[in-house]
Amino acid sequence: MFLSETTSMDPLFLVVPLVVFLPLLGILVNWLFGKRLGEKAIGTIASLAVGGSFVVSLILLFALRTDPQGFSVPLMQWFTVGGLDISWSFRVDTLSVVMMLAVNLVGTLIHIYAIGYMHEDAIHQGDPTRYRRFFIFMNLFIIAMMILVSADNFLMLFVGWEGVGLCSYLLIGFWFDKGEGGIANAQAGKKAFITTRIGDFGLLIAIFLIFWAFGSLNFGDIFPRVGEVAANHPGLMLAITLFMLMGVTGKSAQIPLYVWLPDAMAGPTPVSALIHAATMVTAGVYLMTRSQALYLAAPAAQNVVMWVGAITALFAAIIAVAQFDIKKVLAYSTISQLGYMVAAVGLGAETAAMFHLVTHAFFKALLFLSSGSIILSLERAMEEGAQGSGSHATNIDPQDMRNMGGLRKKMPTTFWVYLVGALTLSGIAPLAGFFSKDEIIAAANNTNGIIFVVLVAAAFLTAFYMGRQILMVFFGKARTKAASLAKESAPLITVPLIILALLSIVGGAINFPGWLNLEHWLEHTIKVHESTFQLPVALISLSIALIAILIAWLIYGRKPLAESTSKDPLARSLGGVFTLVNQKFKVDELYHFLFIGPYEKLADFFAHPVDQGFIDGIANGLGNLASETGSWLRKLQNGFVRSYVLSIVAGIVIILIYLLVRV
Amino acid sequence: MPTSFFLALSAIMFVLGILGVLLRRNALVIFMSLELMFNAANLAFVTFANQYQLLTGQIFVFFIMAVAAAEVAVGLALMVAIFRNKGSVDIDQLNSLKG
Amino acid sequence: MTLIGIIFYGFLAIVAIVSAVAMLLNRSAIYSALFLVLNFATIAVLYLALGAPFIAFTQVTVYAGAIMILFLFVIALLGAEKLSGHEPIKGQRTMAIVLGLIFVVELVLFLIFRNQGIQPMLALTQDFASPQKIGIAMFTQYLLPFEVVAFILLSATIGAIVLTRVEKPARLGAARGKK
Repeated sequence: MFLSETTSMDPLFLVVPLVVFLPLLGILVNWLFGKRLGEKAIGTIASLAVGGSFVVSLILLFALRTDPQGFSVPLMQWFTVGGLDISWSFRVDTLSVVMMLAVNLVGTLIHIYAIGYMHEDAIHQGDPTRYRRFFIFMNLFIIAMMILVSADNFLMLFVGWEGVGLCSYLLIGFWFDKGEGGIANAQAGKKAFITTRIGDFGLLIAIFLIFWAFGSLNFGDIFPRVGEVAANHPGLMLAITLFMLMGVTGKSAQIPLYVWLPDAMAGPTPVSALIHAATMVTAGVYLMTRSQALYLAAPAAQNVVMWVGAITALFAAIIAVAQFDIKKVLAYSTISQLGYMVAAVGLGAETAAMFHLVTHAFFKALLFLSSGSIILSLERAMEEGAQGSGSHATNIDPQDMRNMGGLRKKMPTTFWVYLVGALTLSGIAPLAGFFSKDEIIAAANNTNGIIFVVLVAAAFLTAFYMGRQILMVFFGKARTKAASLAKESAPLITVPLIILALLSIVGGAINFPGWLNLEHWLEHTIKVHESTFQLPVALISLSIALIAILIAWLIYGRKPLAESTSKDPLARSLGGVFTLVNQKFKVDELYHFLFIGPYEKLADFFAHPVDQGFIDGIANGLGNLASETGSWLRKLQNGFVRSYVLSIVAGIVIILIYLLVRV
Repeated sequence: MPTSFFLALSAIMFVLGILGVLLRRNALVIFMSLELMFNAANLAFVTFANQYQLLTGQIFVFFIMAVAAAEVAVGLALMVAIFRNKGSVDIDQLNSLKG
Repeated sequence: MTLIGIIFYGFLAIVAIVSAVAMLLNRSAIYSALFLVLNFATIAVLYLALGAPFIAFTQVTVYAGAIMILFLFVIALLGAEKLSGHEPIKGQRTMAIVLGLIFVVELVLFLIFRNQGIQPMLALTQDFASPQKIGIAMFTQYLLPFEVVAFILLSATIGAIVLTRVEKPARLGAARGKK
């Protein structure tokens, strides 16, 4: 189950450092020569770099078919301090290769998509020079993610963990001079960075505790000894796992640290798709799956994980119902789906979590990229409309679903792939999301009845808000001029969408009930509870989803919104509740009231009375003291030699007095 | 004649030398006062050489005289240079190095 | 020690002190120098009484002779400038006299209270500190300090020459011309 270093290694494993070095090469080429290469070349190089990384992952996959127990491939020594021996070594096993494959596959498609998307986005945002930087950041993200998933010790994992956080920050604030007041995007990046940093603090504590207890940070040294150490230090595993969970809530956007993810939608859409939906946010799930041995030793922590995940899943789904921003809906949906994965880990169904992670990467990337396609065509239409009529463009928000409508005819490809993505997310058989989500719900059914109900309710809401979104965006009539002028996007954008749609359709096969590929595959790395296909559960979740879509049609489909300014039908019937949900239960305001406000007051206190008053007072006082003393003492330095002699004589006299009275 | 007699004389001469340095403004007289203090010290040395029947004290006096001669040579040369510069031997006029 | 001896030494001591005070108080540098010569001569006699004939003669030749002559030369060279009795430093005079008094009182107290081991003067053998003995000590035991003093005198001589030399304007001009 764990690495066995003695068996000889297939030389194919030695290619693993390339998953990091190929994107690095891409960065170097784009960085050094990008200015002369032109947009197409830059995008192609970046995509090839990630594509190459994907090919390397495939090679590793084949290598693992013969040696499924996996290997640790050392690259170099990092540092040795006392008993701490950290090396850069890559862990190639079934779990990490699954992550590599998913990240690189989705990453490659999103890179290709971004070649087309960023070309237009850069023009709309008015700064084409940032095109190159975008792809450098994207490749940097792939590097960090690869370090994260291929790490062989917790410190290297942490490097990757922080690396993806950095890239997330850089890319959320990519148009840092845009947004409300010219700073909203930069603020969003800052919010994401600081919020996740709170979680990272927890993860660091967890890593410290692990080193304290195990004397090592290498996975291979830690996980086999969990039982022994847990017996010696009761409660320690609980502390480690809960601190780790803190890190997970930050990175994977769980309650209470989820607030950064919706704001992170300020980044360009490919970023939202790659980082804030498909890959980075799932790092927490990967971390917990990797540390399964620790969680198994702390059942109470597993319970907490389960509840955090389940409540997040439901809570975020409720908020998603009342959002109007097309990307915000998807963002809350992402939080909700991450909640499913976290809950699955808590339920002891790590396989189901990984399964859902992979399928979610496919269909959520698909949904985000499709929404990007819609946003882009609305922006284009807005500009064309402005030119055509010769008047000022009516500046509408191209992300507000109320400004859309009737796009089904105008953007058929986008519509169909979006539909596939939405149905997959809603859990309609036989699409990928159905199998993965069903597995989690089935695990909940086996374990905890309340969790089961919560997850099913979340599934209901998921299907409902996706139905609402589809109906608002694609059906009815165009509610704005821009929507009526929208056109289908270029093939460079639609082809990756089609590929992702196909993956979303067939993705369920990687852990098809009866075949159980993924489970057997992961068995070599983690403990796996064989999941069973429960027909009643499957039927319940399927029918729930269908009912939800039907209700969505009843509310939004029969009588589509007439005008972009007209009220949401739900708002009419629910009134204040809808407004509250639309304002995200005012969680941001609550956090501001509870933490940020007092913190700012405290900072202000330290800045003004303490720093400017007290600290500066001491510093200036010392300066003044020296200056005053000096100006007083300089009178002694009067330049008269005889006066100095007088001082010397006085000194001698005093010394003589001392010598006289001395016993 | 008690040894204390010579030591007392030496002490009085030394104090007179100090007073000369402190009170006179003429650089040459200050210099002479320094010589007076040298002599007071020499007298003490010779007295103790006699007291302890050791030649060392006298030899030391000899060296002091030699060094004093050197010091006087340099000191008077400085005095000449100062006089050329300032046109006076008033030590109080040399007070430009002050805070 | 006979009474005559006490009177003799007492007289010498009074002469030494009076000449020192006179040197101190005299407004004229020339007179000051002359009083100092008198003082030095008196001290030389006391050296003889203390059994140091070599030092006594050195005192007369080097100090009263060479050094004081040098002083007189310089005084003659610079002009016997008479400075006013005005004291520009506030409190200098008072403080000097007070400190001087304290100083002398302290030294007297030392002689009274810290005089353990001080005996009356010893009768001296004839050849104690004879020039021969001093010469032997100086060129054997104290050879190194003797050589060092020689170097000090040499450098002082050179220093005096350098300090009193006047820069010749012609040479300065030549140096400038080169540049």
